[in-house]
Amino acid sequence: MTEEPQKNETGASVPEESAEPRRDFITGASAILVGALATLAPIGAAVVALIDPIRRVSSASDMVLVARRAAVPEDGSPRKFTVTADRKDAWATYSDTPVGAVYLRSVGDEIRALNVVCPHAGCFVGVAPDDSRFACPCHRSSFDLDGVVNDPASPSPRDMDALEVEVRNGDEVWVRFQNFLPGREEKTPV
Amino acid sequence: MRDLLGWLDHRTGYRGLLRSVLYERIPGGARWRYIWGSTLMFAMVVQLITGVVLWSAYSANAQGAWESVWFIQNQMAGGWLLRGIHHYMAQVTIVLLVLHMMQVLIDEAYRAPREVNFWFGLILLQLVLGLSLTGYLLPWDQKGFWATKVATSIASMTPVVGPSLQQLLVGGTEYGHLTLTRFFVLHAGVLPAAVVLLIVGHIYLFRRHGVTVPKSAKPKEDGYFWPEQVLKDSVASLIVMATVLGLVLWSGGAHLGAPADPAEPYAAARPEWYFLFLFQWLKYFPAGWEVVGAQVIPGLVLALVAAMPLIGQWKYGHRFNLGVGAALLGGIAMLTWQARVEDAADLDFILAKAEADALAERASDLAALPQGIPITGGLVMLRADPLTQGPRIFEANCSQCHRFDGHDGLGGQPDDAPSASDLAGFGSREWLAGLLDPDQVATETYFGATAHARGRMVRFVQRGVAGFTPEVRADLEKVIMAVSAEAALPGQASVDADHAAEIVEGRQLFSSEAIDCARCHTFRDISDGDVGPVLTGWGSREWVLGMLHDPSSEAYYGEDNDRMPLFGVDELLTDAEMGLVADWLRGDWAGQRTPEP
Repeated sequence: MTEEPQKNETGASVPEESAEPRRDFITGASAILVGALATLAPIGAAVVALIDPIRRVSSASDMVLVARRAAVPEDGSPRKFTVTADRKDAWATYSDTPVGAVYLRSVGDEIRALNVVCPHAGCFVGVAPDDSRFACPCHRSSFDLDGVVNDPASPSPRDMDALEVEVRNGDEVWVRFQNFLPGREEKTPV
Repeated sequence: MRDLLGWLDHRTGYRGLLRSVLYERIPGGARWRYIWGSTLMFAMVVQLITGVVLWSAYSANAQGAWESVWFIQNQMAGGWLLRGIHHYMAQVTIVLLVLHMMQVLIDEAYRAPREVNFWFGLILLQLVLGLSLTGYLLPWDQKGFWATKVATSIASMTPVVGPSLQQLLVGGTEYGHLTLTRFFVLHAGVLPAAVVLLIVGHIYLFRRHGVTVPKSAKPKEDGYFWPEQVLKDSVASLIVMATVLGLVLWSGGAHLGAPADPAEPYAAARPEWYFLFLFQWLKYFPAGWEVVGAQVIPGLVLALVAAMPLIGQWKYGHRFNLGVGAALLGGIAMLTWQARVEDAADLDFILAKAEADALAERASDLAALPQGIPITGGLVMLRADPLTQGPRIFEANCSQCHRFDGHDGLGGQPDDAPSASDLAGFGSREWLAGLLDPDQVATETYFGATAHARGRMVRFVQRGVAGFTPEVRADLEKVIMAVSAEAALPGQASVDADHAAEIVEGRQLFSSEAIDCARCHTFRDISDGDVGPVLTGWGSREWVLGMLHDPSSEAYYGEDNDRMPLFGVDELLTDAEMGLVADWLRGDWAGQRTPEP
């Protein structure tokens, strides 16, 4: 019980028998194979279930009614609007729930929409207090009111994500609300 | 008893095991510098105990995470202490890890034959950082939500597999239930299991190689782990625990922000302090180089550290490693300090943080009310709170013309001067008395900047009221009481009840010859006047909602409405939004508290 295992000079245990009989190879290989077969099903099921999220594609690319045209400031300053839509999150369905936000801006006769999410690392971009530009509070990305990067030191790889806008029935502002992958030059929908 | 233990030993051999664990020989005897590994072990045990009990009350879903953490923090006996210990021990662990690594580096405990154990330690370091990162999201508050969004965004930048990796972590394309379940299984299942396995391996290898006696140490007699070293380790663990308890008591426990909201900005987003250096580091990488900053360079640095045992074999290797260690530590300290200095000088950040703290406090106050948190969760609760939402809606929709106590509702100043009345206290006696004050009626607070500045009301106040005799003025006070009582403001309820008689009198005086408000206004059963707004129910919820719905209707300003949008008719605001702003203006919200300035 208290006997110490044999040790070599570096302190490592020395196996009692180092030579393995050759015929044991087939037995050993079979043992591993059969064991692997036995665990194949649970591991397979686990992997399939774990990677399930990858095959899910975002469904949030329908047009949604975001605001009335009159609510967008006429002077061209941007205003934040919450985007509400129906959403399915795993087992739960939410109707008319906030899914994100956009900045709407009136330019001439046109209404333009920008996703509020920073294309750099996904923070919520803010508006500078004087309404002159967009500024991200995290890593100092900076954009002009059109959402274009306006500072060479800005870490954002692309401009803010413009969204498709449609004015319906004269005063309804509809936006195709989408999120895009941050941190890359091209605009890839999530 | 002795027989029983003998029987047990015969069956299990526990005495031998115990002896080999406790009577580990320590060449050169017990030393204080060997405590770091043991304090980390102690920290892990504390995290395991507190973590499992937290787990017993935590619910990993988007309508349960913030809510259950709030419950642990505020309702469970000792919950704040439990969570506080878990929270601060996590931070102290990072410090202990750094100290442990410094000791290993300085005492050359990473050199052959201890390479593998050094690598085990490096993996453990990353696992602990992984535990911190995943744990930060679990309360599902604004702070954790937005910080983790940045972390998973960085994961998505990985070449080729990035987007899939992010989707795997997040559990889909959007943050939601599965993000929490997946982070939770990492935090409470996979990572702790890996930590335990590696600690077993780490200690096994440590026992195999023994302590590294520092070269500079004075020769001492050999000692044993038990009890000399264990005493030193225990003292150190006690100091660690005292530090953690001190932090918990000093801070009042771990912070819980407002519930996570993907539609509300969180300008105070910052990672935990020990990740601040990475946060600051990312600011220096221009467009297109984020992967380099966030992944390539940190990866290379880690590879360099992992290569230290190999570099150590070179003649000047140890000095080189010490230099790398010092440079890394210095660089990290420097970046952390810079991040702190920049935030301390950033007014927007300070304001955002104050706002976030106020919101967190309000969310907690609401949850503590008798009606508590609805099944739909804390976020829906907060979105239905007039005190929280009213100012936001006011700022976005009303502050172009109106002010609230001189500001835009949220404490800011719009570019343009006000062009309508200040609505703070609307419906109250004070507000009405100000309107009827010849010195105030034509100021910006009331009608000064509106189309009514030259209207009949201003003329009436400046000419009529200004000339009232003291007796009529006293009657006017009663009329003010009567009209203000229409609003039935919650904050004025007791005063209204005290003056019931004056209010009844005031209603009669409304149409008296001397005052004669009835010339223009309809009030209760007096319906001669149809020039000005109807004052029946003036300032009540219904009245304010009607005004918001259609200020151009005959009951309000009719054709005299020159600029107020028809918020309801034109569907500029939803009924719920109009209700929230009306309730806020009227000071009508659950859990009375003075509004934020």
